[in-house]
Amino acid sequence: MWDYTDKVRDHFFNPRNVGEIENPDGVGEVGSLACGDALKLTFKLDKSGKIADAKFKTFGCASAIATSSVLTEMIKGLTLEEAAKVTNRDIANYLGGLPEQKMHCSVMGREALEAAIENYRTGGKKKHELEGNVVCTCFGVTDKEIERVIQENNLTTVEQVTNYCKAGGGCGGCQGEIEKLIEKIQGDKIKQAVAPIPRRGAKLTNIQKIQLIQQTINEQIRPALRAHGGNIELIDVEGNKVIVAFRGMCAQCRLTEFTMKDVVEAKLREFVDKDLFVEEDRDSANQPHNHRE
Amino acid sequence: MKTIYFDNNATTKVAEEVLEEMKPFICELYGNPSSMHTFGGQVSHNIRKAREQVAALLGCDPTEIIFTSCGTESDNAAIKGTLAAYPNRRKVITTRVEHPAVLSVCRDLENNGYTIVELAVDKQGRLDLAELEDNLDDDTAIVSIMYANNETGVIFPLEKIAEMVTDKNVVFHTDAVQVVGKIPLNLSESNIDLLSLSAHKLHGPKGVGVLYVKKGTRLTPFMLGGHQEAGRRAGTENVPCIVGLGKACELAGKNIEAENNKVKYLRDKLERAILKTCPDSQLNGDRENRLPNTTNISFEFIEGEAILLMLDKYGICASSGSACASGSLEPSHVLRAMGVPFTAAHGSIRFSLSRYNTEEEVDFTIKKLPPIIEKLRKLSPFVTK
Repeated sequence: MWDYTDKVRDHFFNPRNVGEIENPDGVGEVGSLACGDALKLTFKLDKSGKIADAKFKTFGCASAIATSSVLTEMIKGLTLEEAAKVTNRDIANYLGGLPEQKMHCSVMGREALEAAIENYRTGGKKKHELEGNVVCTCFGVTDKEIERVIQENNLTTVEQVTNYCKAGGGCGGCQGEIEKLIEKIQGDKIKQAVAPIPRRGAKLTNIQKIQLIQQTINEQIRPALRAHGGNIELIDVEGNKVIVAFRGMCAQCRLTEFTMKDVVEAKLREFVDKDLFVEEDRDSANQPHNHRE
Repeated sequence: MKTIYFDNNATTKVAEEVLEEMKPFICELYGNPSSMHTFGGQVSHNIRKAREQVAALLGCDPTEIIFTSCGTESDNAAIKGTLAAYPNRRKVITTRVEHPAVLSVCRDLENNGYTIVELAVDKQGRLDLAELEDNLDDDTAIVSIMYANNETGVIFPLEKIAEMVTDKNVVFHTDAVQVVGKIPLNLSESNIDLLSLSAHKLHGPKGVGVLYVKKGTRLTPFMLGGHQEAGRRAGTENVPCIVGLGKACELAGKNIEAENNKVKYLRDKLERAILKTCPDSQLNGDRENRLPNTTNISFEFIEGEAILLMLDKYGICASSGSACASGSLEPSHVLRAMGVPFTAAHGSIRFSLSRYNTEEEVDFTIKKLPPIIEKLRKLSPFVTK
């Protein structure tokens, strides 16, 4: 059971400003049914350029609804310049705080507001647009968006980033990338955790190397493939040649070459040894596959 | 406010009779059944009695019952214990819709070099037995398939599956925590080798479970440290809870049929009314082969946690397969495996009833739910009206 503040409960059970404004000055839409939450925000300006009215429609959990409701209250009477400065922290604080795992609701509110202001200013798309490169394919979150939540909320762990913008919360395949973004922004601030995997450089015995390859496949590669209905098995290691077999969807995927080169080899080189290269075991690829869709 | 408890697949109320049976074993008869003195030793009679009560409900021999700490422990012990007993076999077959107590164990095994096959289910949550047949081979150590699904209540054709598996000389385990006490079992005439159950799902206390091990089944103990349970599960017996489980099994066996007729009547009434009065709602799972107490209904365009909170305001307890309700970001793995669209999975609600529910409670819920659905739909950007 979530520990919601009285204010969250109040705005959930008695949401303010529900609906859509006819002929609005700005419309912002963010989220989707697939993601589990979505918000459509509309506003109208008065003659002096202040937000005279704002309404919302939200699909989502209690905190998503409360966040949207409180957002419409917060921005009424603000100029667009003032409204543009509202951060997700402001929204969460106004509600007396949100559970950590629900912070992404406050980010969704801020994104919808930005999209609506953008829509008013440029007449551009109402949808919250993706800027930058997609890092989390499960939830469609870009590096720009991740960097922003890290900066605005002073985040230092992958788990926090997932709580704030969902990135990394699906298959988990992008968690390494998120970690790098955190490092880039927070630098020394993050305490150096004890690295679970020895860094390359130190000379590994053959047994250590094979164990590290298996561990890297288990922790870094398999979760991502699994999320897309596939799997990978380590067949053998001969010198620097790593022989693997793809299972399930991956075995039939026409992008297998791409997956191998880009994911498996890159990960193995990163975590084990830069001289490693990957080959697919063709015999096992032709075997009946394990996971049927 | 009165609590209306429709979340009996999560846990159940301890029956008053069970509590009464347990009471003396907390402050009075607190001795250790392994002790040599009469004070402790006498307690072992009560454990024996409980073992007989459980065996009677399952239709097996008391020596085939091992008491554990919970259903999860039973599942772990069954799978890991079998693999340890068959060190040369490296394959495990299970399904995509298992409880995490089985699925997480299997995925962890995969990281240790085992091959894991997760059988798919169709839109109604049913298995394709041909897929199981195709995957059974000499390398398979164990097949673990749940008896009935905790989220949808869908029952698998277990006897047929058990026969297929054991015909190939492979050990068959089933997680039956949702079934024991709801469907009559007769394990002496079944091909099931290993079966897990949990007391708190059948009006017994939390903290005690059972692993049934058919005579002649090789199983390496998982918990070491003492001679208890004939060396198959070490650790001082949780006497009060074991006694309570025995009583709970006795009660369940006494009126399994009469009770389930009543529970099924209430479930059907609730389900029929909801599907009729709430537009864009649909039942998840096979309507025919289902536990008598469970219904899983999806409401399109709205989110499950929001529905639960509004029900909670009236004291109605249910659960949801939505992402938000679980604290993860993705909806129920069971509904996803069934190919339930995201739109419906996020808005799924499970009602699971028990013999303690009344018709008034069902009627009250039938009255309160439709306005909740309507209110949330008014908030939803995907409903244009």
